[in-house]
Amino acid sequence: MFESIKELIFGRLEVSDFIHEPIMAGAGIAMVGALVLVLIGLTVFKKWGWLWKNWLTALDPKKIGIMYIIVSIIMLLRGLADAILLRAQQASNGSVELLNADHFQQIFSAHGSIMIFFVAMGIIFGIFNLIIPTQIGARDVAFPFLNSVSFWLFAAGMILINAPLVVGEFSAAGWLAYPPLSGLEYSPGVGVDYWIWSLQIAGIGSLLSGINFFVTILKMRAPGMTLMKMPIFVWSALTSTGLIMFAFPILTATLGLLSLDRLLGMHFFTSDMGGNPMMYINLIWAWGHPEVYILVLPAFGIFSEVVATFSGKKLFGYKSMVIALLAIAFLSFTVWLHHFFTMGAGADVNTFFGIMTMIIAIPTGVKVFNWIFTMYRGRVRFTTPMLWFMGFIVTFTLGGLTGVLMSIPPADFQFHNSLFLVAHFHTMIVGGVLFGAFAGFAYWFPKFTGFTLNETLGKIAFWNWIIGFLLAFVPLYILGLMGATRRLDHYDPSMGWQGLFVVAGVGVAIICVGVGFQLLQLFVSIIMRNQNRVGNDPWDGRTLEWATTSPPPEYNFAVIPTVTTQDAFWESKKNKDEPVTPIYKDIWLPKRSGAGIIIGGFALAFGIAVIWHIWWLLIVGLIGVVVTLIIRLTNDDTEEVLTAAEIAKHELLKKGHSL
Amino acid sequence: MKDIVEETAVQEKKTLGFWIYLMTDCILFATLFATFAVLRNATAGGPGGSELFDLPFVLVETMILLTSSFTVGLAVLASTRGLKKQTLFWLGITFALGAAFLAMELYEFNHLVGEGFGWDRSAFLSAFFTLVATHGLHIAIGLLWLGVMIYRLIRFKFKETDIKRLALFGLFWHFLDVVWIFIFSIVYLIGSMA
Repeated sequence: MFESIKELIFGRLEVSDFIHEPIMAGAGIAMVGALVLVLIGLTVFKKWGWLWKNWLTALDPKKIGIMYIIVSIIMLLRGLADAILLRAQQASNGSVELLNADHFQQIFSAHGSIMIFFVAMGIIFGIFNLIIPTQIGARDVAFPFLNSVSFWLFAAGMILINAPLVVGEFSAAGWLAYPPLSGLEYSPGVGVDYWIWSLQIAGIGSLLSGINFFVTILKMRAPGMTLMKMPIFVWSALTSTGLIMFAFPILTATLGLLSLDRLLGMHFFTSDMGGNPMMYINLIWAWGHPEVYILVLPAFGIFSEVVATFSGKKLFGYKSMVIALLAIAFLSFTVWLHHFFTMGAGADVNTFFGIMTMIIAIPTGVKVFNWIFTMYRGRVRFTTPMLWFMGFIVTFTLGGLTGVLMSIPPADFQFHNSLFLVAHFHTMIVGGVLFGAFAGFAYWFPKFTGFTLNETLGKIAFWNWIIGFLLAFVPLYILGLMGATRRLDHYDPSMGWQGLFVVAGVGVAIICVGVGFQLLQLFVSIIMRNQNRVGNDPWDGRTLEWATTSPPPEYNFAVIPTVTTQDAFWESKKNKDEPVTPIYKDIWLPKRSGAGIIIGGFALAFGIAVIWHIWWLLIVGLIGVVVTLIIRLTNDDTEEVLTAAEIAKHELLKKGHSL
Repeated sequence: MKDIVEETAVQEKKTLGFWIYLMTDCILFATLFATFAVLRNATAGGPGGSELFDLPFVLVETMILLTSSFTVGLAVLASTRGLKKQTLFWLGITFALGAAFLAMELYEFNHLVGEGFGWDRSAFLSAFFTLVATHGLHIAIGLLWLGVMIYRLIRFKFKETDIKRLALFGLFWHFLDVVWIFIFSIVYLIGSMA
């Protein structure tokens, strides 16, 4: 009787689920402690109203972008902590009692999932939100409310993926949870369910966001900005969001099917009753490979902007850059099988996918040459973003070449699942996506705060990062060639691997120093912001975002600019265009709305319910989402007007400040 | 008030966004169709499509859904002419047809499960139930949307935004119709021939 009531209320949640081994408990307590401190701080300083009005209910993409980036930075620290544990375990090889095998598996699964979904994706969407509207001369995104929903679904997924630190366990099935290991038979606990639902909820947010920015770019560019006059970052965002639209529904379906296997005893991916685990591996990579490009194309876009600005030159080969982006986007759907050459496809199939993989290196190579030619004979300024760019050129070329090595199927039989592969994709994602994000962060930071980041600390951080990075990953290439496979929690000392693992561990320690300097840089720059105030255009920029104030007003541009050329702002500076007397018009802006965070909250409740089998909460979550949506969507009064007179006053005040 | 140019731009964005959403949904269904195609013979010793499907029954379902696509078209046409009563009438018919379709589908599911051929019997049945029920879930969401629109039309004055929402609903409903035609052909027709 008591048992059944308990099950009705709490599902399969038990008190023992809150008890963890020391390391996990420590992380959980630290996380909850930090959260409690923030909550107390908010209450003591009476900031709840401010937080709610200015941030949690904001529909301004610039604010949503900043929230994305804050979440991503916190998640980067979480993922980094995981990486430290993994490296420490492998460097010590069991001489210190650090992690047991199960915990080790949970940590590498969490590290991968968090870094891809909640760091890389978060930073990309954060930068989209901050930059895309201003760079195309628009006031907002196409669907401001949808944008808020996307962010809060992302946040709900983030909470779910961190919840196992406090209650239950995380998946031990790797970042892509291959069945049958991830099926009910071999992973009966809540771990895989945590993985599925945090990704599912965040993934739906990403899909909606992809649609949003795609429509924004196609429909809201400033007059005169034809497709071939768009800044290259906007092109990269257009191709990346295009890929999101094609790839993410596959992820939604695949996670859904795995979940049906686990919840309702279906047989999609089981090894009996006709199920087909290989189908999962095909489906997940049909999403997973384009996902790599979803992340890296915007990074390419950022680097293209950075290199043109700091070389004081037009981007070399704009047209070929656009063609390369489109080619990569198309080809990214034709290579997925190279992730499992060893898993039973015949020689012909492997050959096809091997060749396609080599072909995709061509447009990527075109881009590398274009970047280098942009620097050639330019007046290069070696600022922090430019250092990240040059670090990227080195690491990305290294990673690209090792990628081509692995695209040869017979060779891949040696590399498959080895540390060589691990080193390869970290070279691409750290050296490509993360360095791109850091470059973009340093480059656009003054636009959204009005002051620059401390350059000295930024440069120190960069040098720590690049040295630490090479020390951490070059040994893994060598270890891979020596036969070390990925995901080893211990190995036979006679293999002679430990020395290289120790070097890799030292590399991660140096990266940590780099991250420390980045945090210090952020802190120092905020403290000393009044010394580092800059105008609208601190870098002598080329694109429209530099034409408006730093930070931009909520409406971005009082008068929407008209574009006649590429690099519109650069040209107008060069031609010394006289400022035209502005004619202000009324501007309609979305009212702030709490519906986004409420939907995120109900989605979180739904996630918790389906993971822990708490069926009443599942119904509450579903009904909550649906009812909130209906209320919001049937409300026609969602915008407010900023009259021409108010804008004129605001603009005058700003001029007064700058004088 | 916003000027007419801005209003048109807003509507264009919504229409394009909705089309793109439909296309992403299309990819979701494509994934499920591919899954079904892979697993259609994986019956694990259980019955296949030819033993399970009752084609005349499914044909009736199909006719009902096709008719509802026609009536929603009539409702959209009536709404653009501002004929509130006619719009409501056709929306009501559409709702009834959609609900009948859903009821028949649930009856079929219930029947199969009752015979011992539930989704956990074989990979083929898992794929069948998932694909058809995903379509059914879309129909259910469509009915909810339709219900809210009907309620608002009865309760409030006929507004420009209602007409625009109705046009998007029309797109959604026709899309589900197209998906069903694929389900009917690939799952039921080809399935019962095997």
